Amino acid sequence: MMHLQYKSQAVAKPYFIAAIALFVGQILFGLILGLQYVIGDFLFPAIPFNVARMVHTNLLIVWLLFGFMGAAYYLVPEETETELHSPLLAQVLFWVFLIAGALTVVGYLAVPYATLAEMTGNDLLETMGREFLEQPLPTKVGIVVVALAFLYNIGMTILKGRKTAISMILLIGLVGLAVLFLFAFYNPSNLVKDKYFWWWVVHLWVEGVWELIMAAILGFVLLRVTGVDREVIEKWLYVIVTLALVTGIIGTGHHYYWIGTPAYWQWWGGIFSALEPLPFFAMTVFCFNMVNRRRRQHPNKAATLWALGTGVMAFLGAGVWGFLHTLAPINYYTHGSQITAAHGHLAFFGAYVMVVLTIISYAMPMLRGREVNPERAQVLEMWSFWLMTVSMVFITLFLTAAGILQVWLQRIIDNPQAFMAVQDQLALFYWMRWMAGVVFSIGLAVYLYSFFAKDKPETVPTGEIQPAAT
Amino acid sequence: MSATFTKAMARNIFYGGTVFFILLFLALTFHTVRQIPQRIPSETPSPAVARGKALWETRNCIGCHTLLGEGAYFAPELGNVYKRRGAEFIKIWIKVQPTKVPGRRQMPQFHFTDEQLDDLVEFLKWTSEINTENWPPNIQG
Repeated sequence: MMHLQYKSQAVAKPYFIAAIALFVGQILFGLILGLQYVIGDFLFPAIPFNVARMVHTNLLIVWLLFGFMGAAYYLVPEETETELHSPLLAQVLFWVFLIAGALTVVGYLAVPYATLAEMTGNDLLETMGREFLEQPLPTKVGIVVVALAFLYNIGMTILKGRKTAISMILLIGLVGLAVLFLFAFYNPSNLVKDKYFWWWVVHLWVEGVWELIMAAILGFVLLRVTGVDREVIEKWLYVIVTLALVTGIIGTGHHYYWIGTPAYWQWWGGIFSALEPLPFFAMTVFCFNMVNRRRRQHPNKAATLWALGTGVMAFLGAGVWGFLHTLAPINYYTHGSQITAAHGHLAFFGAYVMVVLTIISYAMPMLRGREVNPERAQVLEMWSFWLMTVSMVFITLFLTAAGILQVWLQRIIDNPQAFMAVQDQLALFYWMRWMAGVVFSIGLAVYLYSFFAKDKPETVPTGEIQPAAT
Repeated sequence: MSATFTKAMARNIFYGGTVFFILLFLALTFHTVRQIPQRIPSETPSPAVARGKALWETRNCIGCHTLLGEGAYFAPELGNVYKRRGAEFIKIWIKVQPTKVPGRRQMPQFHFTDEQLDDLVEFLKWTSEINTENWPPNIQG
């Protein structure tokens, strides 16, 4: 591992591999779900829609968490200029988390959900059956244990080493992630309160603390790839995360319009969440600014592409597509429609999937003992970038079209039609969405293949890092 | 960014701004939680409603349906299904699943007892009476 500055960084490697493997599983189940939208009884009753969806969304969350943890294990030693507090703990946690995740997915697929709830002691503390928080109690407890031990490891490392803004922002994001997850254990029988605090996990993760993690990872990669002054990058990071939390915390209110909470949330939520695109826009400007001011030409072109792509797609998916339906008078019609699904897909992909693929693209070559991937591997990786990104844009556009039609037929016209009557009329868009999903899968296959691609013998190897011209 | 705006200033704005907005959010939360009892049909949901909610959760209904617009978008909104269909229809509908119509979306058979069906209906009735600021726009959900 001659290319690692600190040998304990090597623990990141299995985390990234697991992340990619679970990503593949997530996409397979996405394809099943896409087909079930048009062939309603596809795989029924073996894999009902709700089970496939649970696997699809839970795998996403788990592989992103693997990515975040891998990112932390990789970048914290470099940032703190010290070895990881306990590489062994990191390795143990990897297996605990992987086995817990795998058992949970097997549980979803092998037994009816009600049986799973009974087997895993849901009666002791009823936490299951809420969107994204479907995990059985032991899994939830496991997540907390892994998160605490992980934070201990990262925290001790930062404590004994150099304290940079990047590692502090990352740490605040990770602590927030762990603390907010505790609300997954609060499930009152009062549905309004249940929903109110459910969003403290879901919204305050993705539109709150996860943005800190994302900014820290992006900042780290851009620092390494561009060679721009740390002071400049860290000042940007503080501006981005300030915008994220100042808009995102009260922005939670855009989920409190129609769930039984007071009407004033239509103003609080509307105004603050209308500003939520700002941190993402700042990230876009930041990425391009840093790359334009780069002081060296880093040979890992794929990583730079992923970083720029994250900046653009996060702004489009989270920022623009979120803004489209965030104001209460619009959301009154679009709430819980395919518009929501469209936004969900592009936001998760553009922000969190892409930032994890960015750090993997940057770190994986060095974790595999090379400065940078061979030219052909990079070209393939960049092909996969474009295939996945463009097809995800099309998935989003088709779902948006379906959503507009759905809202029109079901909620706006004079004789509103029933849900399923409307769904039948959206089939064309759902088919096109599924085709775009197939292209995405091809992109993912190319991505996987790029890890094994070697240069043809006649190709000239990529150059060393070149010194800045100035 | 200009040189007069230093990293230390940016950091202080971050910490100050974050703390301020967390406190503001907590204050709004405090007020909201106190308001909720006036916006729901009964201050403490009855045991039947609570049992119905547990059935709703342990059958993962949210994996296909929306409830007050939240959940999956594969099957109809159920926040107002009590008003749309009524108690009897809901119970019969659940009993006859799956329809097994080729190519149609299918709902699993949950083998509920009559008491469980009553609890589930109680939960859906309670939910339909929450003050949701008139959402959904019409009875179709």
